[in-house]
Amino acid sequence: MTTEPAHAADPTPPVYTHRKPPLRETPDQLRARIPGWGADLDPADRPSYPREIDADTGAHWDLPERQPEHGARERSIEHMMLTPVFGTAQPLHGLSGAIRRYAYQRHSEGKAMHWLALLAADRVDVVENVARSIVTGHPDNPLTETGLTAELRHGRSRFGSGRSDLRHQAVDPVVNGAPWVAGALAAAWAVRRVARR
Amino acid sequence: MRAMVYRGPYRVRVEEKPDPRIEHPNDAVVRVARAAICGSDLHLYHGMMPDTRVGHTFGHEFIGVVEEVGSSVQNLQVGDKVMVPFNIFCGSCFFCARGLFSNCHNVNPNATAVGAIYGYSHTTGGYDGGQAEMVRVPFADVGPSVIPDWLDDEDALLMTDALATAYFGAQLAEIREGDTVAVLGAGPIGLYAARSAWLMGAGRVVVIDQLPERLEKARTFAHAETINYNEVPDVVLEMKLQTDGLGFDAVIDAVGAEADGNLVQHLTSARFKLQGGSPIALNWAIDGARKGGVISVMGAYGPMFSAVKFGDALNKGLTLRMNQCPVKRQWPRLLEHIQNGYFKPSDIVTHRIPLEHIAEAYHLFSSKLDGCIKPVIIPDAS
Repeated sequence: MTTEPAHAADPTPPVYTHRKPPLRETPDQLRARIPGWGADLDPADRPSYPREIDADTGAHWDLPERQPEHGARERSIEHMMLTPVFGTAQPLHGLSGAIRRYAYQRHSEGKAMHWLALLAADRVDVVENVARSIVTGHPDNPLTETGLTAELRHGRSRFGSGRSDLRHQAVDPVVNGAPWVAGALAAAWAVRRVARR
Repeated sequence: MRAMVYRGPYRVRVEEKPDPRIEHPNDAVVRVARAAICGSDLHLYHGMMPDTRVGHTFGHEFIGVVEEVGSSVQNLQVGDKVMVPFNIFCGSCFFCARGLFSNCHNVNPNATAVGAIYGYSHTTGGYDGGQAEMVRVPFADVGPSVIPDWLDDEDALLMTDALATAYFGAQLAEIREGDTVAVLGAGPIGLYAARSAWLMGAGRVVVIDQLPERLEKARTFAHAETINYNEVPDVVLEMKLQTDGLGFDAVIDAVGAEADGNLVQHLTSARFKLQGGSPIALNWAIDGARKGGVISVMGAYGPMFSAVKFGDALNKGLTLRMNQCPVKRQWPRLLEHIQNGYFKPSDIVTHRIPLEHIAEAYHLFSSKLDGCIKPVIIPDAS
């Protein structure tokens, strides 16, 4: 005669008792099925335990030597100084650069205005560069730059897969196109206003 | 050199750019052998990350050969084949000294809240990234490591972010023997996180996503159970039903800012940029975890606010843990796991694409065409 565990016939879900719901597999079964199961069971084997350690990094400096600064590098006003090393890609320029400098000089990272101004500058930057690309003879090509040609080669899997994002794709052209339409309308309005003077 | 450049939301192309140069005595210049597109690159590609400038070269997952070193570099030589962690870090500031390499204070003038990352906008420091023929690598004595002879190139490539981040995410979930673990998202991070959860002794691992081919990968590659949230009426309820009403001991958010599954959240964040990120996965994590459980956030979110269900997290007594992964801390143990056969990182690579076809690569990955899970970029494919 086998003895069932006391809770086996109890229909009460374990969560209403002290018991933890039973697992479907034992540790031995898991070890046999999963390569490396339990290899890091001991937290001491986990490289990010504890969170803070006395790190040996290979640095042979306390404060790194300063990278030369060419021009005024923008920085967060929460920084006490320009960091010793920094990226030099795409320095500030034009109207987008002025907006970005305003965001960095006036608002801490804690303010929404800091981030909203940077996002606005990103859109201005796009318009500036579209115009520049036309002037410099290397115009943007929406067909190739959006990679839409991939649809021809790989597009079949988009359909019939039950993807939930297909639902909002109907509004995507509106959302993505609206800033361009708004920009064009604003430009037309400005031109008309100037022409009337 | 040839390099991927950002032209605006949903638009990238390859351009000729000046070669990177030594700008600091501890810089190196690396000729890129392989790069990858990360799911978080899509946040830049979609125009979600503030201060993403036209002309920026993305790419924070790359390996390559050292082409040039600065005058103070001691640990690398020209010709070394190196893997480069996605974090740029000095190794000596308050945070680096404590092992928080991803939170370095000496490398990102643009923000104090985030460290520096290759090719990830000016919000993370304004460094061009590795989806190019060459890249500037600051702090060459601290970040990069020579790739061991026995390690495959693509395995090394995936050590630079995806595998390390996922493994770190499983650690933050504080998994104990027999714990039930849910992983939201079956992309590269979710798949590796599920595999990592078993190493920590998980008793059950359930991966939740909407794409059938990715869920299939979760079952075969990650040995996990799966839930397709499009096939259940209420995913949070399903998470409770799967755990006898308790909720999961640990939940890992491997989705981040562009989560789908709620039209309003998705539109207000991914499309209208009114939130720092769509917190759908994070909210499911909060509601699907058991009281007293742990949530590990590996999905990337922007710096703005998001509509997170913080009250539920409070009332349930949850522990929320998160950070950008300090990649280099993970490498010694991960190398052991790869040598022992517990991981074969490159098993998730689905596409290998020449740099010249970068626009197609981004569209393919962004729209998840052709079962794309992880695209690798080959700069010298010609």
